[in-house]
Amino acid sequence: MTTTPQAVRRASPRTRRKATPAAPDPSAGLLPQAEPVRLLNPDGTPLPAREDYPEPPVEALREMYRRMVVGRRFDVQATALTKQGRLAVYPSSRGQEACQVGGVLALRDTDWVFPTYRESMALTARGIDPVEVLTLLRGDWHCGYDAAARHTAPQCTPLATQCVHAAGLAYGESYQGRDTVALAFIGDGATSEGDFHEGVNFAAVFKAPVVYFVQNNKYAISVPLSRQTAAPSLAYKGVGYGVPSDQVDGNDPVAVLAVLTRAVEHARSGKGPFLVEAHTYRMEPHTNADDQTRYRDAEEVEAWRDRDPIARLEAYLRDRGVLDDAAVAVIADEAEAYAAALRDRMNAQPAVEPLSLFDHVYAEPTPQLVEQREQVRAELAAAREEEGDA
Amino acid sequence: MATMTMAKALNAALADAMLDDERVVVFGEDVGQLGGVFRITDGLQARFGDKRCFDTPLAEAGIVGFAVGLAMSGLRPVVEMQFDAFAYPAFEQIASHVAKLRNRTRGALSVPIVIRVPYAGGIGGVEHHCDSSEAYYAHTPGLKVVTPATVEDAYSLLREAIEDPDPVVFMEPKKLYFSSAEAELPARTAPFGTAVVRRAGTDATLVAYGPAVPVALEAAEAAREEGWDLEVVDVRSIVPFDDATVTASVRRTGRCVVIQEAQGFAGVGAEIAARVQERCFHALHAPVLRVAGLDIPYPAPMLEHTHLPSVDRVLDTVARLQWDDQPDSRWVAA
Repeated sequence: MTTTPQAVRRASPRTRRKATPAAPDPSAGLLPQAEPVRLLNPDGTPLPAREDYPEPPVEALREMYRRMVVGRRFDVQATALTKQGRLAVYPSSRGQEACQVGGVLALRDTDWVFPTYRESMALTARGIDPVEVLTLLRGDWHCGYDAAARHTAPQCTPLATQCVHAAGLAYGESYQGRDTVALAFIGDGATSEGDFHEGVNFAAVFKAPVVYFVQNNKYAISVPLSRQTAAPSLAYKGVGYGVPSDQVDGNDPVAVLAVLTRAVEHARSGKGPFLVEAHTYRMEPHTNADDQTRYRDAEEVEAWRDRDPIARLEAYLRDRGVLDDAAVAVIADEAEAYAAALRDRMNAQPAVEPLSLFDHVYAEPTPQLVEQREQVRAELAAAREEEGDA
Repeated sequence: MATMTMAKALNAALADAMLDDERVVVFGEDVGQLGGVFRITDGLQARFGDKRCFDTPLAEAGIVGFAVGLAMSGLRPVVEMQFDAFAYPAFEQIASHVAKLRNRTRGALSVPIVIRVPYAGGIGGVEHHCDSSEAYYAHTPGLKVVTPATVEDAYSLLREAIEDPDPVVFMEPKKLYFSSAEAELPARTAPFGTAVVRRAGTDATLVAYGPAVPVALEAAEAAREEGWDLEVVDVRSIVPFDDATVTASVRRTGRCVVIQEAQGFAGVGAEIAARVQERCFHALHAPVLRVAGLDIPYPAPMLEHTHLPSVDRVLDTVARLQWDDQPDSRWVAA
């Protein structure tokens, strides 16, 4: 456990005279460290190793790099597809690649992910077909992937509501004897929502194996963090619920994976939930429909380019001798091919079936839906007939 | 046959469901040791253990959201909202997740949970304890909404709700909790989507559900003195709604009054009246009329009797069903 200032506070001399042992600080081990955990400098040079957060195996880091590069290329492609009218909207997570990829790389396939709408990159990093990931934003259905088979809840738009689902799912899994961990993604703004607090509290009370992973990207659309909280950092929101918490430099991929790995282990070992706050930055506007010049300066965005997580990990892996120009080029080519295939597949107009509107409202349609389905079927038939006549 | 209360029948339904299906878990506020403020979960924790029946933090959105997660893991949660108006914090979870998860995921995930809501008034409850909130749920596609008016129906509908593959909002009329009747359990009455004729009659149809059913039956008895033979249809299942039974009754009688305890504007009764009018226009001898609560926030206990649909108000309304083939004078332009 981490050492906190409270934990090392000395008993007063008078207490010592009475020889009563000082009560243990109940917040010891719950409070985050004063500074975000960091294992790499922004230039990729390593910081001293730490006992509390051992560095992940270098093969895992190399795989993380690969998925981050492909993920960023996916994100750029999705943004372009939006400009071409192929997507209704796209909330980018560029700049947050370490968090997006680290969040899923720390998990097993049997673990559950509870993503928000900004986690498209995390989902592709989880191996979900990018066209299925973008179904929601293309608009031919809501969730495009098989949520049950992929152990991945639909991307959640009502903010923070997924935090309670993660607690329930994780508790239900352990109740049935499975060692599944649930990881809930959430943003900084959504920590103000009641369901975040109810979710963390339920998980704590029921000792549910959940990792709450807060990506603090500094803005809730336009509203800065200072309007969300007066807490020293969002990682301080765990202590009130008895949930151990920590903060990490979200643009340091090595630290992100190290912290999340330990958080997942903590949850899986039966100790209950863990809360991680990653300090990162959203390099793009909230979505393509957002005008970020109204709320932040270009200089602020530029300053974060120096803390780019991909360049940082690449420098480190080159230094470690597991990446060279050739390997970087291979991964870049893979990313290009990934984006090209996505572009081609997204350029095909998806087939939609109006009568499918009545599927999956209930297991069996109600008599009222059967009636409405017949009405729509007749309307469609009449429209086809008119087209035929024309 | 034994005489029992609706509360006891609901309790038996929960116990029998937990016995038959180990995936069934019951939780909420005060449902464990206390057995619920209305004692509907009485004895379940002692009998099935505190993993099957347990208290939760006092947070309704948390309770329903937790149930969503449990259902995703394969369990069958039955949750209690302590009172109607205390369920409002859970509304986002209900409307955005419980109701939609099957549809959003094309059936990959479903939410077979039961949300029990003690509802409606007539019990002298202070504010926020007597709301009739059924219309909010009935207006939300993806939810089933049922409400019993008899002891055997309470048992049967709750068992069916727990077995149903879809989420069910189970509305329990508080004022009927301690009404008793002869009942033989385990009873299986008519399934979801079925309305039942509680009293046969020839002159007009009273359509009612939940707490309004006893009022309708009492009014029908009283109407005999006025020379009217009234039929009473108990809706039972608001969603899915049984158009066939209601329509058949109104086609027979030619007149219809819809009775609900909830405030009338944009309520379930308005929907029923519209459906009857659409389907029975040529069989009707009079406009479909409604008796509902007033369009006011639920009143303080000493005033609630003015608000609630009464036998007299029902009879006054029946009297306006144009028995002399003359239009209702209230709505004729001067």
